[in-house]
Amino acid sequence: MTDPLDPRPEDLKQRVWESIQRDELPPRDDRGRMRVVMNNLVLHLHPSKVAKASLKFTYTWGLGGLALLLVMLLSLTGVMLMFVYTPSPDTAYQDMLSLQTEIRFGQFIRNVHHWSGNLLVIVAFLHMLRVFFTGGFRTPREFNWILGLSLLLLVIAANFTGYLLPWDQLAYWAVTVGSSLLSFVPLIGEGLRNFLLGGPEVSAATLTNFYGLHVAIIPLTLMGVISFHIWRVRKDGLSIPHRLDGSIDGATGHQIEKVTTLPHLVSRELAFALVMTGAILLWSVWVDAPLETAANPDHSPNPAKAAWYFMGLQELLLHFHPVFGAIVIPLLGLGMLAFLPYQRFDLSAEGVWFRSQKGRWMAYVGAITGIVGVPLLVLLDEYYLDLPGTFPNLPTAISNGWIPLAALLLMLITYYDGMKRFFKASACETRQSVFVLLVMSFIVLTVIGVAFRGEGMTLMAPWEVQ
Amino acid sequence: MTDRVHVENTVSRRDFLKIAWGAAGALALVEAAGVGLSFFAPRIVEGEFGGGFEAGLVDSFPVGSVTPFTQGRFYLVRMSDGGFLALYRKCTHLGCAVPWNPAEGRFVCPCHASAFERDGTVINPPAPRPLDRFVVTIEDGMVKVDTGKAISRDKTSADDLVYAGGVA
Ligand code: HEM
Ligand code: FES
Repeated sequence: MTDPLDPRPEDLKQRVWESIQRDELPPRDDRGRMRVVMNNLVLHLHPSKVAKASLKFTYTWGLGGLALLLVMLLSLTGVMLMFVYTPSPDTAYQDMLSLQTEIRFGQFIRNVHHWSGNLLVIVAFLHMLRVFFTGGFRTPREFNWILGLSLLLLVIAANFTGYLLPWDQLAYWAVTVGSSLLSFVPLIGEGLRNFLLGGPEVSAATLTNFYGLHVAIIPLTLMGVISFHIWRVRKDGLSIPHRLDGSIDGATGHQIEKVTTLPHLVSRELAFALVMTGAILLWSVWVDAPLETAANPDHSPNPAKAAWYFMGLQELLLHFHPVFGAIVIPLLGLGMLAFLPYQRFDLSAEGVWFRSQKGRWMAYVGAITGIVGVPLLVLLDEYYLDLPGTFPNLPTAISNGWIPLAALLLMLITYYDGMKRFFKASACETRQSVFVLLVMSFIVLTVIGVAFRGEGMTLMAPWEVQ
Repeated sequence: MTDRVHVENTVSRRDFLKIAWGAAGALALVEAAGVGLSFFAPRIVEGEFGGGFEAGLVDSFPVGSVTPFTQGRFYLVRMSDGGFLALYRKCTHLGCAVPWNPAEGRFVCPCHASAFERDGTVINPPAPRPLDRFVVTIEDGMVKVDTGKAISRDKTSADDLVYAGGVA
């Protein structure tokens, strides 16, 4: 018999369950489903209803969700690794060896952490490209694009600080080379680098600093910004995919049809997360994370390469004065990315892949220009051009900095103007073409750095690079 | 009328408090930043790289020799005129350890192939400037090198050399 003043059920098991889960499970109708999403700590990051069209997999490719999954896998395996690793030059490398030989599943857990971390860089980058090409950064999502950019930087910082922890030759010299980029910041660069490294060279103090950054500061910041990012996606709503003719993709007509998040979105997310987790675990069973000989500060390996996601920068550095290769050009690129959502945007292009049919053709032209043009420029500079030698009286910051930079910018402006006239295109379509050209150039530079640079950083065929 | 002019020229109590709170907040931020910066500042350990080194007696370094000091991370160079120079072995490009190549008589960086003369002058970019140097002093025939602060330079100069007799 129930007390009219206390409507709780008498059955203890049911009372305990209801004290944990506020809503009836399984929910009986759509209202119940929406309430579950709203009342659940994790699920409430989602809105209770979503546009049916946005669920289409080939619109988002699940990339944002995949990035989140990777962050979760990284947190789990990262905390496990913390229990068997001591960040000191005397022990770090030994701990890596015992992970490989003594600790059960040690190699496997390290592999999952290593591959998830590297994959996250790629996935965050691809997610950014997807958002760009579908115009997902347009009002009211400008600031979420900025949050996304800071996530990309945080992901790279996490990877970079983690790179040092194994304390092998790869780690030591990649961090030496990578952190030296900082010292070319005018005036404060040297101080900044000393501060980060805890001294003039990579040392025990550096390992302590990087460990603190890698396991505490960066992950906490990352999680904070991710929550903010996903909350904004919920508030702004995901952009709606459209076909070239302006109709909503995956729906008839222009009416936005909504469905409940549970089960339509949640079930898709779970299925995708399971498949991807399976794929990553399988990959980690077969492919081991690299480990070289223990770090030796007296001997730089030849070639000493930065981490692969810095290879594009390192390649730039071989052609430009360091201030330009390491600071000016990357900052210009970042500034352009940050400014992007605040520029005029064709309203009709939101949610349309590559803006329009014309936009698609122009994107192809941009990609091909990058694939053909960048290797040509690299070869030109490697074998024919010697700017510092041509202008021996100028400081190298001008002969190998301002002059080539001005030449490149001039080429870009000519490209922009020529494309716009030739295709009679809008600024928005032309900007996309320039974006494709620049992204493709960066990718080509990275590939050249990874696969075509061998001993002494000279150009050679990929099979000659060891 | 005079009243209004009076009001425009003074700060209201509300504004004064706003400004005061703002200033106090800014000061607190600066203080917190100061504490953070000093707390995390690099710590120098005595006796390791970063301290002073007694390299050896003047006569133990033949003219024209290049002697590596692994602990101190420098090369003690004795030029053909007898002058001493301590070169930091860190490449001025991206910081690799530059080995001395006795066969070629120059320093060649393994990382991106920068090459330097015996006195640190750049022969081959991408290194943007000569190898950094450390201060060398000679007391009672003993050559001492202070690795506390690497001195960066845009050009090598004869003034960088130190001689046993004080002057050349
Ligand atoms: C750790 C990294 C990141 C995580 C975990 C993350 C997570 C997500 C998720 C779950 C979504 C929902 C839709 C989707 O999956 O595409 C999303 C959307 C979005 N993301 Fe990210 N993201 C990350 C990095 C970035 C980056 C690097 C950018 C761009 C610079 C970015 C910009 C955006 C924007 C503007 C949206 C809204 C897109 C639309 O409405 O079409 N995010 N993000
Ligand atoms: S670090 Fe020596 S050439 Fe690049």
